[in-house]
Amino acid sequence: MPQNADNVLDHFELFRGPEYQQMLANKKRMFENPRDPAEVERIREWAKTPEYQEKNFAREALTVNPAKACQPLGAVFVAVGFESTIPFVHGSQGCVAYYRSHFSRHFKEPTSCVSSSMTEDAAVFGGLNNMIDGLANTYNMYKPKMIAVSTTCMAEVIGDDLNAFIKTAKEKGSVPAEYDVPFAHTPAFVGSHITGYDNAMKGVLEHFWDGKAGTTDKLVREPNEKINFLGGFDGYTVGNIREIKRIFNLMGVEYTILGDNSDVWDTPTDGEFRMYDGGTTLEEAANAIHAKATISMQEYCTEKTLPFIKGHGHEVVAFNHPVGVAGTDKFLMEVSRITGKEIPEELARERGRLVDAIADSSAHIHGKKFAIYGDPDLCYGLAAFLLELGAEPTTVLSTNGGPKWAAKMQELFDSSPFGGNCKAYPNKDLWHMRSLLFTEPVDFLIGNTYGKYLERDTGTPLIRIGFPIFDRHHHHRRPVWGYQGGMNVLITILDKIFDTIDQNTIVPAKTDYSFDIIR
Amino acid sequence: MSLAEKQSVAEIKARNKELIAEVLKVYPEKTAKRRAKHLNVHEAGKSDCGVKSNIKSIPGVMTIRGCAYAGSKGVVWGPIKDMIHISHGPVGCGQYSWAARRNYYIGTTGIDTFVTMQFTSDFQEKDIVFGGDKKLAKIMDEIQELFPLNNGITVQSECPIGLIGDDIEAVSKVKSKEYDGKTIVPVRCEGFRGVSQSLGHHIANDAIRDWIFDKQDPNRVAPFESTPYDVAIIGDYNIGGDAWSSRILLEEMGLRVIAQWSGDGSLAELENTPKAKLNVLHCYRSMNYISRHMEEKFGIPWCEYNFFGPSKIAESLRKIASYFDDKIKEGAERVIAKYQPLMDAVIAKYRPRLEGKTVMLYVGGLRPRHVIGAYEDLGMEVVGTGYEFAHNDDYQRTAQHYVKDGTIIYDDVTGYEFEKFVEKIQPDLVGSGIKEKYVFQKMGVPFRQMHSWDYSGPYHGYDGFAIFARDMDMAINSPVWKMTNTPWKKSPSKPTMLAAE
Repeated sequence: MPQNADNVLDHFELFRGPEYQQMLANKKRMFENPRDPAEVERIREWAKTPEYQEKNFAREALTVNPAKACQPLGAVFVAVGFESTIPFVHGSQGCVAYYRSHFSRHFKEPTSCVSSSMTEDAAVFGGLNNMIDGLANTYNMYKPKMIAVSTTCMAEVIGDDLNAFIKTAKEKGSVPAEYDVPFAHTPAFVGSHITGYDNAMKGVLEHFWDGKAGTTDKLVREPNEKINFLGGFDGYTVGNIREIKRIFNLMGVEYTILGDNSDVWDTPTDGEFRMYDGGTTLEEAANAIHAKATISMQEYCTEKTLPFIKGHGHEVVAFNHPVGVAGTDKFLMEVSRITGKEIPEELARERGRLVDAIADSSAHIHGKKFAIYGDPDLCYGLAAFLLELGAEPTTVLSTNGGPKWAAKMQELFDSSPFGGNCKAYPNKDLWHMRSLLFTEPVDFLIGNTYGKYLERDTGTPLIRIGFPIFDRHHHHRRPVWGYQGGMNVLITILDKIFDTIDQNTIVPAKTDYSFDIIR
Repeated sequence: MSLAEKQSVAEIKARNKELIAEVLKVYPEKTAKRRAKHLNVHEAGKSDCGVKSNIKSIPGVMTIRGCAYAGSKGVVWGPIKDMIHISHGPVGCGQYSWAARRNYYIGTTGIDTFVTMQFTSDFQEKDIVFGGDKKLAKIMDEIQELFPLNNGITVQSECPIGLIGDDIEAVSKVKSKEYDGKTIVPVRCEGFRGVSQSLGHHIANDAIRDWIFDKQDPNRVAPFESTPYDVAIIGDYNIGGDAWSSRILLEEMGLRVIAQWSGDGSLAELENTPKAKLNVLHCYRSMNYISRHMEEKFGIPWCEYNFFGPSKIAESLRKIASYFDDKIKEGAERVIAKYQPLMDAVIAKYRPRLEGKTVMLYVGGLRPRHVIGAYEDLGMEVVGTGYEFAHNDDYQRTAQHYVKDGTIIYDDVTGYEFEKFVEKIQPDLVGSGIKEKYVFQKMGVPFRQMHSWDYSGPYHGYDGFAIFARDMDMAINSPVWKMTNTPWKKSPSKPTMLAAE
């Protein structure tokens, strides 16, 4: 009997005992009708070949292990970034259980969100009654200041009209007539979670700026000196937004963070559950129309929002998730140009420290090959950083990045002496990545938690940067933006490089001569 | 010490009734009326818990429930390891449920085993407009080409499939024929069907009946020689290895487990289950349908059991043995005796640390009742419980065999209700899901996820009970809960468990 009370064995030890090993071997042999091990081995090897890769890349219909989620997830991300706002997703209820779980597994925080719980009758007759009852219940129970509505694919397929439904619900007294219920149609069969971010953010701004769905006058812009900041869908939103605020405060910039979820996803454990915390106030969201400019950190998360804002007279500037020295330089200099505020010496010193760190460590990164996957902007930012470290991001893959993104990546590669061997793969999934890691091996892989399967199959060490990160804790608390964020990314990459060297040199009397104390 | 302990049963009942009345006040009238039917205080001797169940959730209240797709793909089918399960529709459903349920298995993932992979048809607008059947057919071809060692395919329908009128049955039949009778199973588990995960379980069970059992040659010979002691484990999803720490006990008592449904299960095991002499059923809710079917069609009796905690395990081993001869009955006694010293040691170590502690549960399937015995083995008391997607027969079982007089019962609880109940009752531990975990931890209440075992487990069987006891102790007696109060502040703004200590 392997288990004992003094030293309780967990699953990762318990089942390795001889009793269980024998039991599992018997189960397989006698009852599972297993494949011939030689055949399994043959197919395993075949799946590593260029021939397999060709078939794999010829796929037209099947998606395997994609690195993207669906639109409403992005809408929920946006909604919780506004003060006392509850996301209300119109459609099937299971979706909402999924979004809440997904965010809670990443942030290790509660995520409040409601559903209109549409079922078969709503599929036939439409979900108007679900909207009417749902808004009334949410309003009474959770006392939000705003309810931000989006849709699941069910509501989209049957063609529910949010604008009309919300109007009717208000007429029926579900919520007061003047109560803020911004909305966005977020069909899951178009784009990805970053598209949902875009639609939902545009929906909120449209609501406040353009007359609240025809119920009030449109706001008239009276330009002021503030700037608006859009972070985009970002797994590091907690750390990043705090870092951006610190930077803006150092510069003396007046700003509005549009969709600030850095508090609601980082509430203290002190005896009180805060369903709402922090967030952009509704007043700030409305007044954001008066800003002189709006900055988006993620171009591909704001493809509709930025033109909408520009149409209201702002200057708009988009970045691609800047990481590292040059990216941060450009970001700060643009902020400085727009606001007329100087970049303070403190930030110059932080820059110098990041450059110092790179100088100290670049010998260990220079020339190393990396594969990266993730959202399109994140991929761009990380690839740019690797290039400035002298590394080669030879394989950069994005499931929700399209041909335009790939062209932009190519421009980046072409701009660097280290970009010659690099290639971008738009609209590809992690099964494509698996082939690429076999046929064109790299030294390290950068991606989210699901990259651990690629690490296991291909032996490429995984550096966890992306969303979601489920199997490591607290990464979202550290920024990856700003010079300090760049420092965090640098350290994360270096730790994995050194750990990998140690792992490869750890066998006594065999490989231990490189098991160095000083590096 | 929790409040519950200091009160008499009558006081507890009065308090719980008052609490229910209080939470109902927040709702608009119509909603309050509907929710009132799902909340109750258990009266000893009643045949059920006095709540309505398996009814549509109310819009906008923050139900914790999922959908039929989650019940089929996420629960029943997903763990069948040598088949490829296509999440058919937009990308999200498959993405959010990808490897999220800890259905442990052994196999070469991506080659002959596929559980922790996400196969999706990633529907685009054109698929909605023109239909997805052609795409589905092509997906099956591509699966055959790239994953030649798969033993079968299932189509797990997401919401749009039923709404746009796709004929996944026709596609499955054509492709099955094209691939020499390959098992291809269309499952109509669109998320809008039914009121919760539960209908998805039922639909998935029916799909096994229709597309596996009914397709079999009635004269088919099992690939193994039958014995009088062949049983199948039904309704164990091998979360953290639960089915393994159960199987080992059945085998030790002399039975032979010919199939696991569906944790670490394979198509061959599903196919051969009709050869079993007894189906032993753990999760009644999700797999009673197929058990009843096998009883009617193949004459296989089924027997519910409970492998949480030594009391229930011993009771269950004897119950299972009662279907067999003396050899097995002796085997059951031998197993119980063998593990007694381990159980004694576990209880000696942990019971003093947990005695008198109170628990509130809110889970799915079988756990809101099944784990009660395990807590009681540790001297703990379950003071509130409820199900996400139970039917009345679950509440009958709960009332007749598990809960104590005065227990507060909440069916399809809303976020608001659960939070208020815990705030007022102040249990020493809450056991529920990931969506609830951080809410209660912020309040300073120790918590264990009782779906995923909080990434621990197994909790089934004797080996599992040691882990269960260790985990409950770790949760409740963690030093972190002594630090939630800021020392220079007088008391937290809301009453919490710690405030009552």
